[in-house]
Amino acid sequence: MQHHLILRVITKLLVSTIILFSLYVQFHGDFSPGGGFQAGVIMAAAFIFYGLVFGLENVQRVFPPWIVHRMMALGVMIYAGTGFFSMFLGYDYLDYNAFAPHHPSHGQHYGILAVELGVLVTVTGVMVAIYYAFAGRPPQVSDEDW
Amino acid sequence: MAVKSGTEPAVASHIFDWDFVFGHANYWLFIVLMMTGLYIVVARGNLVKKIVGLNIFQVAVFMLYISIGKVTGGTAPIFPLDMKVDPTVVYSNPLPHVLILTAIVVGIATTSLGLALIVRIKEAFDTIEEDELLLIERKLTAADNREHGPAMGGRA
Amino acid sequence: MATAEVEHTARTLADHLPVLQILVPFVAAPLIVLFGNRALAWPLAFIASAIAFVISCLLLAQVIDGGFISYAIGGWAPPLGIEYRVDATNALLLFLISGISTVALPYAFTSIRSEVPKRNHTLFYACYMLCFTGLLGVVITGDAFNVFVFLEISSLSTYVLVAQGAGRDKRALTAAYDYLIMGTIGATFFVIGLGMLYMSTGTLNMADLADRIADQGGNRTIRAAFAFIVVGMGLKVALMPLHLWLPNAYTFAPSAVTVFLAATSTKAAVYVLLRFMFSVYQPPFVFEVNTLYFIFIPFALLAMFVASFVAVFQSDFKRMLAYSSIAQIGYMLLGIAMLNTSGLTATVVHMFNHGITKGVLFMGVGALVLRAGSSFYDSIAGLGRRMPLTGAAIVVGGLSLIGVPGTAGFVSKWMLVQAAFENGFWWIAILVVLSSLLAVAYVWRVFEVIYLKEPAADAPRGDPPLPMLIPMLILAGACLWFGIDTQLTIGAAHTAAESLLEGSFGMAPSAAAVTETLGH
Repeated sequence: MQHHLILRVITKLLVSTIILFSLYVQFHGDFSPGGGFQAGVIMAAAFIFYGLVFGLENVQRVFPPWIVHRMMALGVMIYAGTGFFSMFLGYDYLDYNAFAPHHPSHGQHYGILAVELGVLVTVTGVMVAIYYAFAGRPPQVSDEDW
Repeated sequence: MAVKSGTEPAVASHIFDWDFVFGHANYWLFIVLMMTGLYIVVARGNLVKKIVGLNIFQVAVFMLYISIGKVTGGTAPIFPLDMKVDPTVVYSNPLPHVLILTAIVVGIATTSLGLALIVRIKEAFDTIEEDELLLIERKLTAADNREHGPAMGGRA
Repeated sequence: MATAEVEHTARTLADHLPVLQILVPFVAAPLIVLFGNRALAWPLAFIASAIAFVISCLLLAQVIDGGFISYAIGGWAPPLGIEYRVDATNALLLFLISGISTVALPYAFTSIRSEVPKRNHTLFYACYMLCFTGLLGVVITGDAFNVFVFLEISSLSTYVLVAQGAGRDKRALTAAYDYLIMGTIGATFFVIGLGMLYMSTGTLNMADLADRIADQGGNRTIRAAFAFIVVGMGLKVALMPLHLWLPNAYTFAPSAVTVFLAATSTKAAVYVLLRFMFSVYQPPFVFEVNTLYFIFIPFALLAMFVASFVAVFQSDFKRMLAYSSIAQIGYMLLGIAMLNTSGLTATVVHMFNHGITKGVLFMGVGALVLRAGSSFYDSIAGLGRRMPLTGAAIVVGGLSLIGVPGTAGFVSKWMLVQAAFENGFWWIAILVVLSSLLAVAYVWRVFEVIYLKEPAADAPRGDPPLPMLIPMLILAGACLWFGIDTQLTIGAAHTAAESLLEGSFGMAPSAAAVTETLGH
């Protein structure tokens, strides 16, 4: 893709915007449409976009596969850990009231933020990992053949 | 349910009831999509096409769920900021959407796992056409029979 | 809940047992991936599985005499929130699944090292724990949609586990693919059924569903939902005409995976069928309105005979056992179709007993494969003499599969015959005995091959290493123990059968209260 100047410049401009937009979707998730799933996919789209234009090696230098794989697990741990936290405070599993016992609606707010963060991390990890897994396979037909 | 118009005879409206037909449009679409998907899974020999069929099949179910969450005249189920809910306002049902978010994630996982298996099958068998795969497998079984069969009466 | 400030009593660890049952194995999976260390993967999996087993014992002890434990996830009270509900039926299943997993893991340690490439080991154990979590979740949850989610967690990881057999035979890949297509169709049918239930009742909590279906009677949507759910779960159960994925998946999966799957996964699916037929839909609705008598009994009998007959003519030990599994599922479904306490007791006991029986047999196969390289009869000829303890375990398992008195298999078949007589279906009792004769035929062929044939001169010698041998002997011991001391199995199963036939999920406070007032 070295000769596609416009694509490369636009990509550089867009990637940061996409990541910013995914964070917007993430933090608006608790009172408007959005949340971890959507934000995670948008975030992953930024990296996949970068990978499509600049090649797999470059995106893997920015975002190495071992980090991606750890992220998938880390997000689940954040989610489960939120539950364990409320459990250790003597509430039911994932009872967000535990986060602010004297102001339940704040507790719900903190709880859902923590859980959505976990979802964001996992979904980003999974989507990028799927892309790496398929893009990393040696192609059947090399670029020179056609 | 269908509303019968008063002037027409009951039988005629029963046979050709436009209210019924259009009132259930989501179910017709669901049935058509679902059967299309299922047919592709059964009838196509290409493994990738089977996965596509499976996707269509699942999407049909997503549509069924999401369409039943719609309440006539209902608005988006978001509480006002001051949390004072007006009892006269009708809200759509958000629960099916949440359920389907989960089902969509399951669908993605199934698709990517299926595609990953297809990549491996392509590497191992060098084909993703079902009839050719069956041929190869039959040859493998026949080879097993030749090797292990005679000792046990010729059948594996 | 969220609006008012309520005085809160702190929960103790004992109150959290139902959710810890799921969480401990569930958290083990991401931890294994997070550490990404091959040396740590197995110990983590084993510790989590052992803790889950202890928890399941504690739960079973609490509910074995009736009653139930309800746990609200996130503190949202049941009809709205997701609820975990433990009663005698699923406590016994939890005990079986976590017990088998705990026994199968030490076995897997050695067996997997010889059958799966080294680079896959870490993720293998992560997938194994996910599969384990899914099966536990399917059994423990009291929320209908949650069943689907856990079902897919376990199924998706199962496809991966089956495909791990590709190192030995590439047909494992196509087996996993077929299983994926069939399993997904089954799960989607199930979810269509749930959608229709939700459409007509507006709830997903099982106990609540039961109440509302009882109120509404059988309208067409609810009946269609029932059909979708039965067909969908029928695919997962491997009910006779829908069983095509099973033989290849069991044959080509790594031995340890087959041990775990054969002993637990179809059982969990049978449990879901039981739950939906008896707790969500009340028995009168199911059996009188939908005349399931005429669907389940014929297919169960077909499975018992056709699959057993096919099993007789196999020349691969592992594939033979796979076909025998399909036949045994026939017995379980037959017990359901009897629709009396003995029949349901037979089903629940047979799920347990067949779990341990198939566990020991597939472990035996794995040991033979480790030594002989394959499980075809000609390559394992005479190995029973060379591997005395493995041979003994296979004999115990085989006898239990036939249903010889003194083994676990006898207890459940006896219950089944008894149930058939109670209903006056003497011909079914005779057919059960006749199909057991087919079992004698295919089990005898194995005995003949491993004991009466002369071993090849270069045949391997000696039992497998201790990590494989001890689990096998434990399960063989269990086959004998539960054949003689039936207090635990029949006791729990009887409580389970009675609460199922009451149709109240053994559970719903309102429904239970109704039965109580009716009883007095």
